[in-house]
Amino acid sequence: MSSTPRRKRPRSSVERTIASFLDAMEHAFDAEELARADGLLQRVDPRVKALGILALVVAVATAHKLWIVLALFAVAVVMAVLSQVSLQLLAKRVWIAALLFTGVIALPAPFVTPGQTLARLPLIGWPLTAQGLSAAAFLVLRVEAAATLTVLLVLCTPWNHVLKALRVLRLPAVVVVILGMTCRYIFLLLQTAHDMFESRRSRTVGELEGPDRRRVAAASIGVLMSKSFQLSSGVYMAMQSRGFRGDVYLLEDFQARRLDWIMLAAFFALALAAFWFGR
Amino acid sequence: MHIPDGYLSPLTCIALYGASTPAWYVSLRRVKRLFNTRLVPLLSVFSALSFVIMMFNVPLPGGTTGHAVGVGIATIVLGPSASILAISAAILIQAVFFGDGGITTFGANSFNMAIAGSLVAYLVYRAIAGRQALTSSRRVLAAAVAGYLAINASALCAAVELGIQPLFFKNAAGAPLYAPYPLNIAVPAMMIGHLTFAGFAELAVSGGVVAYLQRANPTLLERTAPGVLSGAEDSQSALARGGWKAAQPLWLLTALLLVMTPLGILAAGTAWGEWSARDFSNPEMRQRIAVESANVAPPARAPRGLGRLSSLWTAPFPQYAPPFVRRPAFGYLLSAMFGAGIIILLSLMIGWLAAGNRGRETPG
Repeated sequence: MSSTPRRKRPRSSVERTIASFLDAMEHAFDAEELARADGLLQRVDPRVKALGILALVVAVATAHKLWIVLALFAVAVVMAVLSQVSLQLLAKRVWIAALLFTGVIALPAPFVTPGQTLARLPLIGWPLTAQGLSAAAFLVLRVEAAATLTVLLVLCTPWNHVLKALRVLRLPAVVVVILGMTCRYIFLLLQTAHDMFESRRSRTVGELEGPDRRRVAAASIGVLMSKSFQLSSGVYMAMQSRGFRGDVYLLEDFQARRLDWIMLAAFFALALAAFWFGR
Repeated sequence: MHIPDGYLSPLTCIALYGASTPAWYVSLRRVKRLFNTRLVPLLSVFSALSFVIMMFNVPLPGGTTGHAVGVGIATIVLGPSASILAISAAILIQAVFFGDGGITTFGANSFNMAIAGSLVAYLVYRAIAGRQALTSSRRVLAAAVAGYLAINASALCAAVELGIQPLFFKNAAGAPLYAPYPLNIAVPAMMIGHLTFAGFAELAVSGGVVAYLQRANPTLLERTAPGVLSGAEDSQSALARGGWKAAQPLWLLTALLLVMTPLGILAAGTAWGEWSARDFSNPEMRQRIAVESANVAPPARAPRGLGRLSSLWTAPFPQYAPPFVRRPAFGYLLSAMFGAGIIILLSLMIGWLAAGNRGRETPG
């Protein structure tokens, strides 16, 4: 048995890239599972969800009063709970990340924005302004509310339904088909890239120098690019041999039921109220 | 550099959606013409590829890592139109599915990264690479510089969009409603990171991938290398050949004139006939108008039509002096660059539309 203690090696860029791939795939699996659960949002027509949540996100963006943004955030949380989305998952996927990213950006705002001074920092004497605090609060709350609403749409709806629902916004059919196929190939390419990196890592003894690691990254992208061309040629021939001649058609199989109309009315009522009180 | 929801006001978002939509439309038409039935599988795979590239951790000198957008190599391999569409699709999926970047700001993010980035990368790559052979090392340099400048152009656009928010969008108490930092903070903050880390990551990826493709698969570089010189030099003059080299002196002249624009401020006074409605009530201006008009006194107040219509449109940069710039000389220069840039962009778009109507420019 070895007596040398195991040092925790800092993760190389290869390992971090692999980790980010796995994280993306995990997010997709979470979304797939949640979309099959039996919650409020899962039962609503995807077109209603797309329009409604978009209206709420726009309301978040246009509100000029802080309490409106807070109220919309609360609405998002309530919808999440009613749709069996765990608040822990939301915190992990959205809230903490947004807070760290936007929080850091918003941190200097209270000291930099001109306005009415509320207090001064003890040693450095920087002035803390009311307007600055308000600006920071607006930014952080808006980001959290909008991000929560967007992630709810995706977690509670199968991805290809989200895309088809975008047709109601007059998105061209060819764009919807391209986006749908893109998602499929994202996971294929992620898997390919993951395998390339894993095989490279398992054949590497010791640490690579910086220039070598850059070469590895660039070569991996180059190989992925060549594989992408081959893949697209193969897919193209497969599509042609099954009758594809360049025209795209989509099967519109959504049907609006009573719950959908109620939810649509509710979404728009909320959005309109937010616009009216928040102007 | 993906701007989340809440950082940009609805008006800014709508303006940038408005700026992006014609570019998307033109690109879609052009790509349909160039690739025809291959459009769907090729763009799907390349959108997926650009998404995956954005997740790569590129090791940088100093032990840090950066992320590249891949706009440089996407433009070089696919051409600018297809690159605009592929990267926009990747950004949309990142925004909707992964929450990286906002939905209201999708237009802005596409404009910055996909559209501005692709166009800058294409122009710089073609300008530097010229007609060198596909395997020439100058192409690697061209790719690296194109990627670097493209990402910094995107960052500058984003910085300007964020920086003008506190200028225009404040509530009654004077608190900024969206991004709270003015231009003099937003621009350095964004640019420092992109001139260094992100820029070097993009530079390394663009140059490295082109170098790899030159060895492994040079045919992938053909789309953005029309009329490549394969053997001995042509003896025709550059002007007869046309293309970028012929116009180079003109570009240099334009750049020189641009830099000299602040000299225009030296000419004092208002040109004849360019008075505003207010000038008719100002006694000093009235005297100047009379002297310049063969001593005929102007009417006692501004003509009714002039008064009514002069408030119809408020220019963003009135009198070539952007409100956020203090020194008039710099404001003049900025207005000149902005105006020249818009004209160049418009002529390029018109040129592409025209070229698209005439048919493909590269065989195969």
